[in-house]
Amino acid sequence: MSRKKLSRREFVAATALSSAALITAPYVRGAYAAGKLSMGFWDHWVPGANSASTELVNEWAAKEKVEVQLDYITSQGNKNIVTIAAEAQAKSGHDIFQMPTWWPQANAELLEPVNDIMDPLIRLNGEVNGTVKYLGQADGKWLGVPASVGSQIKGPCSRIDLMKKYANIDVQEMYPAGSPPKADNWTLDTFLKAAEACHKAGFPFGIGLGETSDSVDTAGAIFQSFGAQLVDAKGNLTVKTDAVRQSLDYYKKLLAFLPPDVSAWDDASNNKWLVAGKGAMIMNPPSAWAVAKRDAPQVAEQCWTHGFPAGPKGRFAPYLPFFWSIWSFSKNKEAAKSLLSFLSQPASIEKMVVASGGYDLPAYEKLTTLKVWEEIGPPKGTLYHYPNPYKHQTLSIAASPAPPKVAQQIYFQATLTKMCLRYYQGEAMEKTLAWAEGECEGFMRS
Amino acid sequence: MVDVAFQPNRTAAAQSGRRRVGLRNALRRKSMSAFLMTLPLILLIAILVIYPALYSLHLATLNKAMTKFVGFGNFEFLFKRETFWLVVKQSCIFAISAVIFKALIGFIVAHFVHNVPANKQRKWRGMLLVPWVIPPAMSTLAWLWLFDPSYSAFNYTLSFFGIGPIPWTGDAMWARFSVILVNVWYGAPFFMIMYLAALKSVPEQLYEAAAIDGANWWQRIWYVTLPMMRNIIAITTLFSLIVTFANFDIVRILTAGGPLDHTHIFATWAFRVGIEGSDIPLGASVSLFMVPILAVAAIFILRDITKRGNES
Repeated sequence: MSRKKLSRREFVAATALSSAALITAPYVRGAYAAGKLSMGFWDHWVPGANSASTELVNEWAAKEKVEVQLDYITSQGNKNIVTIAAEAQAKSGHDIFQMPTWWPQANAELLEPVNDIMDPLIRLNGEVNGTVKYLGQADGKWLGVPASVGSQIKGPCSRIDLMKKYANIDVQEMYPAGSPPKADNWTLDTFLKAAEACHKAGFPFGIGLGETSDSVDTAGAIFQSFGAQLVDAKGNLTVKTDAVRQSLDYYKKLLAFLPPDVSAWDDASNNKWLVAGKGAMIMNPPSAWAVAKRDAPQVAEQCWTHGFPAGPKGRFAPYLPFFWSIWSFSKNKEAAKSLLSFLSQPASIEKMVVASGGYDLPAYEKLTTLKVWEEIGPPKGTLYHYPNPYKHQTLSIAASPAPPKVAQQIYFQATLTKMCLRYYQGEAMEKTLAWAEGECEGFMRS
Repeated sequence: MVDVAFQPNRTAAAQSGRRRVGLRNALRRKSMSAFLMTLPLILLIAILVIYPALYSLHLATLNKAMTKFVGFGNFEFLFKRETFWLVVKQSCIFAISAVIFKALIGFIVAHFVHNVPANKQRKWRGMLLVPWVIPPAMSTLAWLWLFDPSYSAFNYTLSFFGIGPIPWTGDAMWARFSVILVNVWYGAPFFMIMYLAALKSVPEQLYEAAAIDGANWWQRIWYVTLPMMRNIIAITTLFSLIVTFANFDIVRILTAGGPLDHTHIFATWAFRVGIEGSDIPLGASVSLFMVPILAVAAIFILRDITKRGNES
């Protein structure tokens, strides 16, 4: 029997052809021919916001013939992060999980790289900010696709009337709807003077100093405005620096003008403070304003969301992105990638942002000027500057640029706010710094 | 010649008959039936308690990335942490003071209820058990609103008397007081109902004899009631100590361990480190640290009960 011998050249050509065919082959479709896909998405605060995601997922599923199961998992009581931990331990669960801030990095070894969809998405939607890269990339590998759903900036939400009356600051003039900010004078010094004036008038700023996210985020942005880092990007301890000392001194002055109970505040306290009409400013995404719109319309129509005050080292605003990540144990990774690509198309993103009433923020620079932020109110334009459309502030997260696994500990142990509180309560500066250094040393264990 | 034909199945048949009889006898034995009836529960406990316990032991021996066996490395690390010793101290303060107050209040209230006429006792028992039957996560939310830093109902009431505002959850001392108070409120009815049952089992003749001997109220309590209740007090204390040491929901909801970590107990700190900080092996080590403390307490209390049992 004659047998044709395969030459080396023919073998290379055949391999290249079959690889190309596999890569470019259209996704196999039939009645649920493409299998099943399950998703654990974050359960949105805003009523009705989940329905946009559900509609988009169903639309994609019908087109791609995939059977989908969509679970909305709340972050109340940290149920979402408990579920992430359980699925990571069991190496079983959803195919896609919507992970908050630090969790893609914490589970980096268990996540499917998504560079193949991120590169085209960045080309389509524009560059992503530094914090998205810091939290979403490990060794050049994208650990998830930035989700617009749930991503937020926790900038100042000010009372127009109270700021004008007591601090002599017109926030609408400083951050006019439809045009770039005129905020050169909006510095930490101005902020401190405004805090003092509003405190004297009986409407103190509602900035927490507890151990939950809102308190930590504000402290993080102020520390970064002074250039203060507890651990630098290379993992070196940088607690005992002048920048950290300046931040603590600043916070000590600021705390004197805040409500006396801020050390006990949680993430709901500042919202209640604004809605109850007790303060002139809080640091929060527009959820507090949205609640005020429903429960205290007279307060909501005086709210204006704008940029953070600038410090000696720049203007930083707390930014907390979510990511849609695919577990490495997923059995349908190609379908998962197809869905994430679909959810990240400009039309899909706009639909989700509109459904959230402008709360959700896309990570991509071409998508920060959607109509919804221009039009929503009252007052009209209140959220115009919320998505940082002129990039006049650096979006950052507290404890960065420390290596993410160390930064996560600094963030959740609330080391920054604890330092501020210790120093404010009379502990010597060097003692506070020594305590923080000891804590950070502990966070570096591998 | 072989007189008897070889019957290979005969032995097997006899054996299977014997086995059937043996099985029947075994089933007839009370201990075997009891074992079989409790087997589902034993299996359930094995799956839900023993397996997780062993798994957490395994987790506690891994490094942070869970890729390497480190033996007691996590415990060595913990022993060097200032916050860990703060948590140990607070867990002891929290559990011991809460159990003492629960026992005391339970004992006093049980006496009151015991002295209520029999036809009205059921109503009182039902009302006093309410804190214990409400899921603590729910009732603690109500307490959270009462202690709210800015809108505390307690502070509002106290303001009419010129007192306050009290930083219920904002000051270390007050925050400790608040979490202990809620735990006592929740747990005292359990002590009350156990002590009430114990009080009802004390024979009336003993009190009559004491009265004839001229014993006053205090002497009746000290020489009759307390000795008769010793075992139930010991068991209740042990049980409550275990549950209070392992408490999570009250502290988590009320203070989340703050301010400045001054209300963290083992479970809340384990959650902070293990789940929120993504260091599951260290979190497992923190939660396992209660085991030796509780084991020592259990040995002493149970040994005392056994000793008294043998004496009687």
